[in-house]
Amino acid sequence: MILTLKNTFAEIGNATVFAKQFFKEVFVPPYETKEFLKQCYVIGYKSLPLVAITGFIMGLVLTLQSRPTLVKFGAESWLPGMVALSLIREIAPVITALICAGKISSGIGAELGSMKVTEQIDAMEVSAINPYNYLVVTRILACTLMVPILVFFADAVGIIGGYVGINIHGDVNFYRYLTQILQSLEFLDIIPATVKTFFFGFFIGMIGCYKGFNASNGTESVGKAANSAVVTASLTIFIIDMVAVQITDLFF
Amino acid sequence: MIKEKENTEPAKKSKKQDPIIVIKDLHKTFGKDNKVLQGVSLTVNKGEDLVILGRSGSGKSVTIKCIVGLIEPDKGEIKVFDENVLNLSKPELNVIRVRIGFLFQSGALYDSMSVRENLAFTLKKHKRDLTPEEVESEVMEALDNVGLSDAIDKMPSELSGGMQKRIGLARTLILKPEIILYDEPTTGLDTITSREISELILDIKHKRKTTSIIITHDMACAKLTADRIMVLKDGVIHAEGTYEELEKDEDEWVRSFFQ
Repeated sequence: MILTLKNTFAEIGNATVFAKQFFKEVFVPPYETKEFLKQCYVIGYKSLPLVAITGFIMGLVLTLQSRPTLVKFGAESWLPGMVALSLIREIAPVITALICAGKISSGIGAELGSMKVTEQIDAMEVSAINPYNYLVVTRILACTLMVPILVFFADAVGIIGGYVGINIHGDVNFYRYLTQILQSLEFLDIIPATVKTFFFGFFIGMIGCYKGFNASNGTESVGKAANSAVVTASLTIFIIDMVAVQITDLFF
Repeated sequence: MIKEKENTEPAKKSKKQDPIIVIKDLHKTFGKDNKVLQGVSLTVNKGEDLVILGRSGSGKSVTIKCIVGLIEPDKGEIKVFDENVLNLSKPELNVIRVRIGFLFQSGALYDSMSVRENLAFTLKKHKRDLTPEEVESEVMEALDNVGLSDAIDKMPSELSGGMQKRIGLARTLILKPEIILYDEPTTGLDTITSREISELILDIKHKRKTTSIIITHDMACAKLTADRIMVLKDGVIHAEGTYEELEKDEDEWVRSFFQ
C-alpha cells in the first residue's frame, strides 16, 4: 500500500517534470510546423467520424431519456434548452474527451512506446535531433488545440441528434428548435466549458506522450504504455472536470 | 596483451598516435548492484577500427552509448575530439553528436517514414538551407554507398534485416561523420549478408577515413574489420591486441571467442 502510494507520487512528480519541459521547449525554435500540422490532421480530422457518431447518439439519447420526465411536469418545451445546456456544459466535453483519451492518448502512447523500444527515439537523440521537440511538443500542442474543436463539433452534432430525438415523438421546426436553444444559452455556459476542454486536450496529449516516452525496453511495455495512457488520461479528465465545475461554481 | 588493465596504451599497430576517443575509468551501475562497467579505459586513434568483444551483458553497448551521451555514467571521463562529453551542455553535445554516427543493432529506422524520408529527415534537420534537389542528391549518394538506391521509396517494414541495417548505415553516413559506432552490425543476419555488411564497414573506413568502434560477436566481422580488438570481462578491459595476437592468447577464456 505504502509502496503503491510512493510510486504514484513518484509518477506524478516525473509527469510534472515532463510537462514542465513542454513549456520550456514550446517557444524555442526550431518549430516543427509540418509535424504539428500532420498531428492536427491525425488527431483532429481523423477523429471526426467517431466524435460525430458519439455526439449524435449523445444528443438523441439525452432527448429521449429526458422527455418523459419533462412531459410529466408539463415542461416539454424546455427540452431543447435542457438538452443543449447539458450537452454544452458537461456531456459533450467529457464524453468527447474520454473518446479522445481512448483513441488519441492510447495511440500516442503506443506509437512513442514502440519508437522507444525499437531505439528510434535514441536514433533521433544521437543524430542531434531533439526528440522531445519533434515528437512530444507537436503532439501535445495538436491535442490542446484539436480537442476543443472536436468538442464544438460534438456540441453541434449532439444538438442535431437532439432535434431528431424531439421529432421522433413530435413535430418541431428546426428554426424554432434552434431559437429555443439560443434563448436558453448564456455566454457563461460556453466559456468555462470551452476553457476546460483545452486542459482536457493538454492532459490527453501529455499523458500519452509521457507513457510512451517512458516505456521500458520490450514489446510488452508498448501495450502497457497504451493501456496506462488511457486509464490515466480518463481519470485525469474526471478530476479536471470536478475541479473545473467547482471553480465555475465559485465564480459564476 | 594486457590483463585487468586500467589505462590502455595506444595500439601497437596504429600508424598515427592521434587519440580521438579517450575513455578513462568508466563506471556504470544499473539499479542497486548491477555493476556493468567497473573502470573501463580505452583509447581509439584517428582512422582506427576498434572491435570490442565480450559476453552478452558485459557492457559493450553501454560503453558506446556513454560516448554519445545516451547513457550517463556514474564515474569516469570520456573525451571525444578533445572535449569531455560528460561536462558538455546539450547544445555543445549535439555539435559533437553530428560528428559521430551511431548504427543501432536493429537499424532503428523511423517506421512511419519511407527510406527517402528517413535519410532526408536527418539531413534537413541539420542543413535547413539545402534545396529539395540537393537533399535528393545527397540521399541518393548515401544510398549508392550502401548499394540500395532502388529501395528509396520502400517503407522499413518492406525491407529485410540486412537491408534495414544498410539503410541505417546510409542514414548514419548522410551527415558525413568522422567517427562511427557500430552496435552489433551483423547480429541476426545470415553469413553472406554479415560478410557484405562487414565489407561495407571496411569500404566506408577506406573511402571516408572514419574512425570506428565496432561491437560484435561475429568473429568473421572482427577479423575483417579490426585494427585492434579489446575484450570486456566483468566490466573492465580484460585483454587487448590484434586478431592474430588474441587468437593465440594464453588465456583460454579469451581464446574461446576465436574458436
